[in-house]
Amino acid sequence: MNEHIVKSYEDELNALTAECARMGGLTEAQVADSLEAVIRRDQALAEQVVTRDERLDILQAEIERKAIRLIALRQPMANDLRRTVAAMKIANNLERCGDLAKNIAKRTMVLAEAEPIAALTRSIERMGRLVSGRLKDVLDAYTASNLDRALQVWSRDDEVDEHYNSLFRELLTYMMGDPRTITACAHLLFVAKNMERIGDHATNIAEIIHYEITGDETMSVPRPKTDGLTY
Amino acid sequence: MTQNRDEALDPVVGTAVPGDQIKIRARDINVFYGAKQALFDVSLDVAEKSVTALIGPSGCGKSTFLRCINRMNDTIAGARVQGRIELDGEDVNDRGIDPVVLRARVGMVFQKPNPFPKTIYENVAYGPRIHGIATTKAELDAIVEKSLKRAGLWAEVSDRLQQPGTGLSGGQQQRLVIARAIAVSPEVILMDEPCSALDPIATARIEELIDELRNQYCIVIVTHSMAQAARVSQRTAFFHMGKLVEAGDTGDIFTNPRDSRTQDYITGRFG
Repeated sequence: MNEHIVKSYEDELNALTAECARMGGLTEAQVADSLEAVIRRDQALAEQVVTRDERLDILQAEIERKAIRLIALRQPMANDLRRTVAAMKIANNLERCGDLAKNIAKRTMVLAEAEPIAALTRSIERMGRLVSGRLKDVLDAYTASNLDRALQVWSRDDEVDEHYNSLFRELLTYMMGDPRTITACAHLLFVAKNMERIGDHATNIAEIIHYEITGDETMSVPRPKTDGLTY
Repeated sequence: MTQNRDEALDPVVGTAVPGDQIKIRARDINVFYGAKQALFDVSLDVAEKSVTALIGPSGCGKSTFLRCINRMNDTIAGARVQGRIELDGEDVNDRGIDPVVLRARVGMVFQKPNPFPKTIYENVAYGPRIHGIATTKAELDAIVEKSLKRAGLWAEVSDRLQQPGTGLSGGQQQRLVIARAIAVSPEVILMDEPCSALDPIATARIEELIDELRNQYCIVIVTHSMAQAARVSQRTAFFHMGKLVEAGDTGDIFTNPRDSRTQDYITGRFG
């Protein structure tokens, strides 16, 4: 890709993408830390996640402001327009991921009061690692403008769903077996649901990258989709 | 049928308008100014009742192509046009075609408004009178009023029709020459950078006018403003170094051009 004739325009576009990548890094850390807090029952870490969420909100607003300004002042066209819109949409998805991580962190504080259930913690950990990995992969794909990598994330969306469904059944089993676990299990269920949603946002981001790079709104490859709801 | 054949010959550009909507059909147009070739094998379909924008860097051939449509290149010494341009299926370069009649069917608006040094009324009435479209004063009055109204100028000049057209503002003059062009009931209106000498408000008025006129006419506009092409046209054709690089739906060209040269040009990477 050649550079723009107007250097400051090039700089503004690059700054927008860079800021979005930076927000991606922060979001990744928030999600990873919230997961870590649940697993280790680390209240201090959970509190940090809650406090740090505001930075994501500020970044998102900043990216949106910059993108709108760029549209108004530079009238980006074609790939530049797609790049601008993509940054705005990705920032939105990241902000939502941040909210979900914050919610996980808040539940950690309640969970830390209850008796630990080792088996469940391991299941949550497995699912969390998968979701964190997907988020990391898709953000790497964004930074490197790597379509194949984004498509890989997109096509493996069902793995998270499978984990979520099996965790859901596991949680039901515990709650039926011992009603005293209901409070903790209900919170863990939300934790799992939040992670599943973070996975969905990773999928959205993969679609946005696909649009940014190809200009096609519809995905060119079919995605394997396992079962519907099991509940 | 013919359209499919042409698409096979020329898969990239220019010929994707459905056959029944084609107003102008250009095939393999080559234009030379003396020894210098200005257009290379340009094939382009222009749809009726729509606005087609021709864009590209200076010297790319877009104005040359525009001037082929109403044979304005005939007036340039040393210019040679090869290839076939059809207006409603009829070859405009056919010996049987009178260029004067052709230019009444295919009107033109230039970059700088060029009203005749006559009254506002005479500017609009001149064409219909010499082409014998109106015979009585009443008929002529009606055409003048209708044309000025359609050009969005009537309200501003109805009380001073006998004043010189050259006394109007630049934007008003441009609308006056558009009124003059539509007074002879053309089928096609060619516009060569019609707004480049106008301020943003006058530009907006002309763009609004173009948008209204397309319900009735086939409009081809050459513009250096990407934003204007995006705003007013339904189809856009990108020219570069005398070749037609890409043509298609305006929305597609400006969000997702297929050719990297189009991309570079509209995003401001070369020009």
